[in-house]
Amino acid sequence: MSDNGADTLCPFEPKIIGFLCRWCSYPGADLAGTNRIKYPPNMIPIRVMCSGRVDPTFVIKALADGADGVLIAGCHPPADCHYQSGNIKAMRRYPLLLKMLEQFGIEKERVRLEWISASEGTRFAQVVAGMRETLQRLGPLNWRVGQAFQPAEGEVQ
Amino acid sequence: MSAKPKVAFYWCASCGGCEETIVDLNEGILKVVEAVDIVLWPVALDFKRRDVEAMADGEIAVSFINGAVRLSEQEEWVELLRRKSNLVVAFGSCAHLGGIPGLGNVTNRELVFERKYTAVPTIDNPTRIFPSQVVTVDGHTLELPRFYDTVKTLGQTVDVDYYLPGCPPPSNLVWDAVTAILEGRLPEKGAVLAPNKPLCDTCSRNETKPETLAIKGFKRVATSTPDPQECFLAQGYVCLGPATRSGCGERCINANMPCRGCFGPPDGVVDQGAKFLSAIASMIDATDGEEVERIIGGIEDPLGTFYRFSLPSSLLGRTRIATGG
Repeated sequence: MSDNGADTLCPFEPKIIGFLCRWCSYPGADLAGTNRIKYPPNMIPIRVMCSGRVDPTFVIKALADGADGVLIAGCHPPADCHYQSGNIKAMRRYPLLLKMLEQFGIEKERVRLEWISASEGTRFAQVVAGMRETLQRLGPLNWRVGQAFQPAEGEVQ
Repeated sequence: MSAKPKVAFYWCASCGGCEETIVDLNEGILKVVEAVDIVLWPVALDFKRRDVEAMADGEIAVSFINGAVRLSEQEEWVELLRRKSNLVVAFGSCAHLGGIPGLGNVTNRELVFERKYTAVPTIDNPTRIFPSQVVTVDGHTLELPRFYDTVKTLGQTVDVDYYLPGCPPPSNLVWDAVTAILEGRLPEKGAVLAPNKPLCDTCSRNETKPETLAIKGFKRVATSTPDPQECFLAQGYVCLGPATRSGCGERCINANMPCRGCFGPPDGVVDQGAKFLSAIASMIDATDGEEVERIIGGIEDPLGTFYRFSLPSSLLGRTRIATGG
């Protein structure tokens, strides 16, 4: 009945979209690679110029189009941002976005904002592994499947 | 017997305000009637579905349809009108974006019925009688339309040629659209028949908008009165101007009410609510998490405020329907 896979032989592997800032978090992910730190392959990285460039539209579109979770990662506040205040903008948008997503019925644990510097390869790997675990517990989001405009049956009284 | 182009008006899930806007053309309506034959207008004229069914496909030059689509009957009507019409214009916010009825997408059919037929204080319904789709009385079978869980826009139901935004669309835009169609000056298919600048660009209060907007706390028009000249955002009122198309004539602004977003976003913005969230959150004047949380606490209902008119047309479309439970 449930397809969250918790009790099946083939565990559910969540799809995570990662928006990684070009100056800190993407090099951080790169470092995880060059250091051969193992982490689960669930995250598809998208390099952006700054966490402040991550329009909430991107996050919502990822969730609407099949992602189970979204990671936004940028430079440590207050002062690491290459553009001075982009990470602060991300920090201001994030809680309001979570508040609104919860109204939509999307658990706030599905979207994470993390500060990962270029030297934190290990931390990057931990964040991805942690997110995978959280999402496995929550199960798939399946927005398009679950949100078919009109249910085919069971609608009529 | 005339060769005048045929025009139809129809309404789905709406309040009737869009019909009012046509009446507001005043003497202009006489010019419209001079130029066209109105073949369907349920609010004012007595035509039946069979009259429309009897027409040839494409016989109606243009159908103006207002309202969102929530019932199977509305779906049938708009599909019929689509077949019979050369052009279909989504008239007003509800047909364009889902509008106020579209906020029904935060709930579903069961909860709407529960509220409407039992929970409302003025309802006394101890045996819990709900509308059924099929009822048999004295051997006669009566059928009611299906009531869907999800409200759709007109464009999500049938192919739409043009959109006239607004709640309701202002008469001058209606007039421009009607004359453009009559004179064959048609824009690209799918166009929104209104200017393509954000409202802030034309807002009379734009001059008072500071270079950088910094909001320390949100205010509500329900509990305080805005200054009649100053930019609403500068005062801390949630005003959807930055993410909303202009052309409305600033009726709300002139009545000292912040923009609520009925014109929808300008071209290129996929999701009005998300875009506005992006804008308003960046104006929050705080650099630590706790302070940000405190200020955000002033926005009680982000979903209902940012998607007041556009929920069905948004990327997520509605709240999550529980599955498998």
